[in-house]
Amino acid sequence: MIDQRVVMVFESADDLMSATRAVRESGWKIEEAYTPYAVHGLDEAMGRAPSRLPYITFLCGLVGTLLALWLQHWTSSVSWPLNVGGKPFNSLPAFVPVIFEIMVLFAGLGSVATLLIRSRLYPGKKVQLPSVDITNHRFALVLAPQDASFSHDEASQLCRRHNAVALHFLGDIENKK
Amino acid sequence: MTEDTNVRPPLIDGNKDFQQVTEDICAPMERRPTNLWWVAILVSSSMLLLGVVAVTYQVATGIGTWGLNNTIGWGFDITNFVFWIGIGHAGTLISAVLFLFRQKWRTSVNRAAEAMTLIAVMCAGLFPIIHMGRAWLVFWFAPYPNFRGPLWVNFRSPLLWDLFAISTYMAISAAFWYIGLIPDMATIRDRATTKYRRMIFGILSFGWDGSQRTWSRYETVYLLLAGLATPLVLSVHTIVSFDFATAVIPGWHTTIFPPYFVTGAIFSGMAMVLTLMIIARSVMGLQDYITTRHLGAMCKIVLTTSMIVGLAYATEFFIAWYSGNPYERFTFINRALGPMGWAFWIMVGCNVLVPQLLWFRAVRSNVAVIFGISIFINIGMWFERFVIITTSLSRDFLPSSWASYVPTSIELATLVGSFGLFFTLFLLFCRLLPVIAIGEVKGAMKR
Repeated sequence: MIDQRVVMVFESADDLMSATRAVRESGWKIEEAYTPYAVHGLDEAMGRAPSRLPYITFLCGLVGTLLALWLQHWTSSVSWPLNVGGKPFNSLPAFVPVIFEIMVLFAGLGSVATLLIRSRLYPGKKVQLPSVDITNHRFALVLAPQDASFSHDEASQLCRRHNAVALHFLGDIENKK
Repeated sequence: MTEDTNVRPPLIDGNKDFQQVTEDICAPMERRPTNLWWVAILVSSSMLLLGVVAVTYQVATGIGTWGLNNTIGWGFDITNFVFWIGIGHAGTLISAVLFLFRQKWRTSVNRAAEAMTLIAVMCAGLFPIIHMGRAWLVFWFAPYPNFRGPLWVNFRSPLLWDLFAISTYMAISAAFWYIGLIPDMATIRDRATTKYRRMIFGILSFGWDGSQRTWSRYETVYLLLAGLATPLVLSVHTIVSFDFATAVIPGWHTTIFPPYFVTGAIFSGMAMVLTLMIIARSVMGLQDYITTRHLGAMCKIVLTTSMIVGLAYATEFFIAWYSGNPYERFTFINRALGPMGWAFWIMVGCNVLVPQLLWFRAVRSNVAVIFGISIFINIGMWFERFVIITTSLSRDFLPSSWASYVPTSIELATLVGSFGLFFTLFLLFCRLLPVIAIGEVKGAMKR
């Protein structure tokens, strides 16, 4: 049993993926994986469900659609109806382009805002990376503090099997080969 | 070992590893700018200065400084507006549409193309404001509760749809571009050697740490934005074409305009991407990333859209004859053979004839020739908008109201100024931010 978090560092996405699967088979808890680019299939390997963000996008788009519909209807036929070329006050087909644009605007910016809020990304945030070079060319797998089933030797062996370049504990400065 | 000819060549040359990719793309922005860059920014910012002077003069004096008259009420300003908004469309095509079609080669050019979109939309957005004459009243465009009633804007007008389309386009393009930049700015932050660089990119990268959870959400948002931007880009130039198509002027009042304008926009934008990429790859030394294969793929898009545009020109003439409408027939005969016929033939020559050279593989792999062709297309597509707008207006129903139009020096200076703004901002972008999406290139590498 250890209280520290274990960090395994790899040089390729394939090694990270196979190591991730092996760690899960061993029954150890994975806290997070860090990669320099989006590695496809990693969420499945880590056993994570896909993001539910599209629901938020749909909701934002719906709000935009209804808002634009209401705004155009209300201004053109309720607040101050103006006769423009004899066209009906509530000219629904002519309102479609603006409804579409506002829908896209709300859905798009809503999704981006959700990403920033959910992932707590904001200007000036201090970042603590678990290992060096993970925004450049390395891939890190961070294990949560483990229970009694964890053994240091097994972890070292797993690292060797999957070509890890470093294994260290968070807080450790020294990288052990 | 024999080489398998069925396997596509790698997307980037030089057999690089991830570290080398980061190094190559960050290097141009971390060393001192080259002399060529200084010359380029000097020229472009001088052009921008000329434009600032011209715009200041015409806003202070009034639109009487232009060559417009009662017959021709839309001249250079609207031509420039449609030209620039069209340029922007190729950026969205590359970043969103090609993403949905899983064209991995886009990763080398999407960042710069998106920047081009943003800058082109800025250039475009200036012209309706300048065109208003009283630029300081631009907020009258917005539907806000005012003390005149409240008097609302006319939501049945395509000109107002334009405002919504272009501001949405600008906002979504900016969001798309910035979201894409965040991981790359984190990469720059973590390799920065100076304190200020680390601080500035630390702020700009929003504390990005590359965790799988964040990447997963990031990819989802990227896909959603691509899905939203694809119909958006079609809607923007469709709405721009409505500015004309809903008017009764012969030569404007046609149902072919939306697809014709959208294709023309992608055609002109792709030519501008080629122009910029050929400059950027040699100035920034990125030939391994923007290879002749990338240029060749873009040439094929240019060739395809060129032929669609050519088909649209031909269809317009056919329908003018087939409709039996004498005004429509006259407008098209006048367009090709009238006093402004020269502009029409420049348009056909540059947009339909010159791009046919791209059928040949030898042409598609010769960078200098591609560059020349892309310049021809840029000129031709500017003339397309000029021809549509000016020749149609110059001779409509009543011969007594026919008129001609000659731009003044102020209008020419404004056009030059918009190119100055475009190239100045693009050159600054090349210096200050990664021109190529580092993370996306890594993701598309076969390793």
